[in-house]
Amino acid sequence: MHNFAYHAPASLDAALKLIGEKEDGKIIAGGMTLLPTLKQRLAAPSDLIDLAGLPDLRGVKKEGGHIVIGAMTTHYEVATSDVVKAAIPALAHLASIIGDPAVRHRGTIGGSLANSDPAADYPGAAMGLNATIVTNKRAIAAEDYFLGLFETALERDEIIVSVRFPIPEKAAYQKFRHPASGYAVAGVMVSKTGAQVRVGVTGAGPNAFRARDFEAALEKSFTAEAIKDVKMSPDSLLSDIHCSAEYRAHLVGVLARRAVAQA
Amino acid sequence: MGQFGIGQPLRRLEDPRLLVGGGRYADDARIEGQFWGVFLRSPHAHADILAMDLAAARAAPGVKAIFTAADLDAAGMPDMACEVELKSLAGEAMARPQRPILARGKTRFVGECVALVVADTQAHARDAAELIAVDYAPRPAVAGAQAALRPDAPRVWDELTSNLPVHWENGPVGPVDAAMAGAAHRVRLRIVNDRLVPAPMEPKGALAAWDKAASKLTLWAPTQGGRRIQATIAKRFLGLEQEQVRVISQDVGGGFGMRGQTYPEYVALGFAARALDGAVKWRADRTETFVSDYHGRDQVNEAEMGLDAQGRIVALKIHTVLNLGAYMAENGPRLPMEGGGRIIPCCYHAPHFYFSVKPVFTNTVSTDTYRGAGRPEANFLMERLMDKAAAACGLPRDEIRRRNFIAQFPYKTPLGYSIDSGDFAAGLDQALRMADWAQFETRRAEAKRRGKLRGIGVAAFIEAAGGRAPVEDMRLQAAPDGSVTIFSGSHSHGQGHATVFAQLAHEFLGVAPERVTLVQGDTDVTPKGSIGTFGSRSSMMGGGGLKAAAEKIVAKGKRIAAALMQSEAEQVSFAQGVFRAGASEVSFAAVAAAAHDPAKLPEGMAPGLDESHLFQREAENFPNGCHVCEVEIDPETGTTEILRYVAVDDCGIVLNPLIVHGQVHGGVAQGVGQATIEKVVYDEEAQLVSASFMDYGMPRASGVPYIEAGFNAVPCKTNPLGVKGAGEAGACGAPPAYVGAVADALRDFGADHIDMPLTPEKVWRAIHGKG
Repeated sequence: MHNFAYHAPASLDAALKLIGEKEDGKIIAGGMTLLPTLKQRLAAPSDLIDLAGLPDLRGVKKEGGHIVIGAMTTHYEVATSDVVKAAIPALAHLASIIGDPAVRHRGTIGGSLANSDPAADYPGAAMGLNATIVTNKRAIAAEDYFLGLFETALERDEIIVSVRFPIPEKAAYQKFRHPASGYAVAGVMVSKTGAQVRVGVTGAGPNAFRARDFEAALEKSFTAEAIKDVKMSPDSLLSDIHCSAEYRAHLVGVLARRAVAQA
Repeated sequence: MGQFGIGQPLRRLEDPRLLVGGGRYADDARIEGQFWGVFLRSPHAHADILAMDLAAARAAPGVKAIFTAADLDAAGMPDMACEVELKSLAGEAMARPQRPILARGKTRFVGECVALVVADTQAHARDAAELIAVDYAPRPAVAGAQAALRPDAPRVWDELTSNLPVHWENGPVGPVDAAMAGAAHRVRLRIVNDRLVPAPMEPKGALAAWDKAASKLTLWAPTQGGRRIQATIAKRFLGLEQEQVRVISQDVGGGFGMRGQTYPEYVALGFAARALDGAVKWRADRTETFVSDYHGRDQVNEAEMGLDAQGRIVALKIHTVLNLGAYMAENGPRLPMEGGGRIIPCCYHAPHFYFSVKPVFTNTVSTDTYRGAGRPEANFLMERLMDKAAAACGLPRDEIRRRNFIAQFPYKTPLGYSIDSGDFAAGLDQALRMADWAQFETRRAEAKRRGKLRGIGVAAFIEAAGGRAPVEDMRLQAAPDGSVTIFSGSHSHGQGHATVFAQLAHEFLGVAPERVTLVQGDTDVTPKGSIGTFGSRSSMMGGGGLKAAAEKIVAKGKRIAAALMQSEAEQVSFAQGVFRAGASEVSFAAVAAAAHDPAKLPEGMAPGLDESHLFQREAENFPNGCHVCEVEIDPETGTTEILRYVAVDDCGIVLNPLIVHGQVHGGVAQGVGQATIEKVVYDEEAQLVSASFMDYGMPRASGVPYIEAGFNAVPCKTNPLGVKGAGEAGACGAPPAYVGAVADALRDFGADHIDMPLTPEKVWRAIHGKG
């Protein structure tokens, strides 16, 4: 690890001021990706600005038809929240199978979304549940938020404050877990709200995306049978030492059917 | 004997200490004023080093010194040598290019040590290492052994005309071909036995400290014994007497065969400590262990088996291509013919046998011994062949094995080794019974109704245990209070010697296990003839040495007891810790006390009760067994679940069933790991892309089945305790049992073999004809 200056601001404004001032400052939330990167000397920020001291960024609440989760809320807190379990059990389940217990007690929803790892679970939830990412500046719809591999709509002076999830009628998350990393080789979050169906996919492409062919078929009939012949094209999907794009495309179909059956 | 002796399930005495953090590992060693070493490693698989600019690094804060090949050469340090001697049939000796401690003018794999930076802190050493400017001229590289055999492949060694240092054969192929031609059935198979990392929990690390006044180097490092490393570093590299180097490895977090070697880092650290007249510490991070610990396996085998009309083997041909890595490790090239070759063709009689081995240089980490070291590869190949032969001959898989099992002992193998004992058919029967093999088709049909593919696999295997070095030195010392200390040449790095050796001391001397202390892993203290632990040898070698040393103690004790009881030594008996003569008796503790009191000793007898024995083995022993694995596959995803795992092992006389079962569980976990998720991956530029636990699949508790373990104990005839090694059996049985089960589940899809690891995608492709 290279040397850096550590800051623990007590307010969002103070954090934003630091980000503005420091030449190569970096925000740290749970640190589950950033800390290993620093330890391997693959990144050398001048300053680390830790959001752990901002109580406003932490916690879960129900606001009308939405669940609002503070950006610094850990996966463990989401997984065990009575509010989340009652309103969107699929989201609590997703949080409960991220990484391992150590990751779930340190990693945060804001950190996961800001990092936008192609194989992380929360991006799939944001897409599949039609979430809104709320920052200090604006509210960004999930489908406008993920731009590419580790690339989001966040600007340099923008910090995620909370994530708003509309409460669906039903939802389910199915994940095909990588045996080494625990990340999603593919993960599918399916939700239904009235006539609208969302199918969010993570793990398979460079960033989370909506599977619109599946959504259209499911809006006609919300059954596994309705999508048994819908095929995902492997063209823009990831191929790496673990899995081919062809297999990932196939998995998306299997997981979508299982999620619909489970929802 | 009694509650704690041979055969009793005594719980591990060392665990409370280890579980509360009482272990003393290499990284626990520290010396006031020590420096920190960091190795600069090659980022290129193959490159010329045109120049190295050290100026900025030397000027960096805290830097004490930087060592490169030039410094070692100036001091006259030799390179690392592989002592294995092999010849082709025509008598040409194997080429054995030597490995420089630090890269000299060229790097041959990613991770090769290029420089050693020594500074006051680890952080300063790392900072400085980044400031070393190395001018590399990259060359084409090759990672796969078969690719490296092509005429146009990049050559790892300019000095050689190809990447093949020798083509070894056991004999001419002609007679075997003739027998093969007459076979009623012939089956062929090509198998890739993938490359693995041993990945012990404790990374490599060391503290090397030079004592100028004593002219002595002390090296704390995780080894499997240390005596050979002591000798190599002292005599070959530092030009010292063996006693001028002390190697300490008290607790070691896993060995698996990769700890016995003298790694270049240890030599460089020893050199630096002497050059700086100080202490230099190094701790590898996990990535460094991936790119510098010797890897295991990595063979491609092509085999052909001929059988007669009754399904009996008439001829067998095996062509093995072994990936050596860039440098020949200490055991590397001998593993197929001496590791696997000691047992091949495993549990079966093959009247005509041809065996060809091509060890090949590539731009990768060296391969060397890893749990089983050639035997898992040999057993895997034979068991896959037997399954295929069963189908070809129209015989059940258990029946074809029965027809070919070696049943007469001693049995001389084609390569000249003698198997003393075994009852392979009994082991097979026991395993099939425990696994309810007979009723399997009912379970397959039930699974099919649920849309699942169910399969069952059986694997008989044989091992060879005892290691190459035929001696081990053990010392027993009784204190005046009757407690006993074992100074052990054998070395436990997880095997539970503190428990098993205490049981043996209890068995032979009657002393309570908790009054036995095990001292190991310190070349200043352990017996002179100590070797260490590898090749599942400690039960036979350490146990045999202990038994003989205990007999010497009892013999001397009888003379002392006779004096105490005013009897004659010949009249004294000893059992369960008590010496008796007529109606008199005296305890072991009383004799131990008397042994330290010159007034009570017989005239002319040296005081003390302290005996050593250099145990010489008569032969290696041959553990064997039969494993059955039952799986169920989700055809939609290829996901495979192990539903049942039965392991029947013949490890001779069982000293402690808990310890042996633990060995079986660990071996099965590593075998299942290879079969399901473990694989070292190099890309086309020979970059190691599976260099972390995010990419390399280590088996976890959730992926390892519940193991029903049983014993089919046939005492070994060639060692005093009747034991056979237990450490590597699981790794031999699990891969063929698992792969056989998956192949059985897929029997309707025309996939009779899938190469390991059997990832869900590979299984899915086999089901859906996507090869």
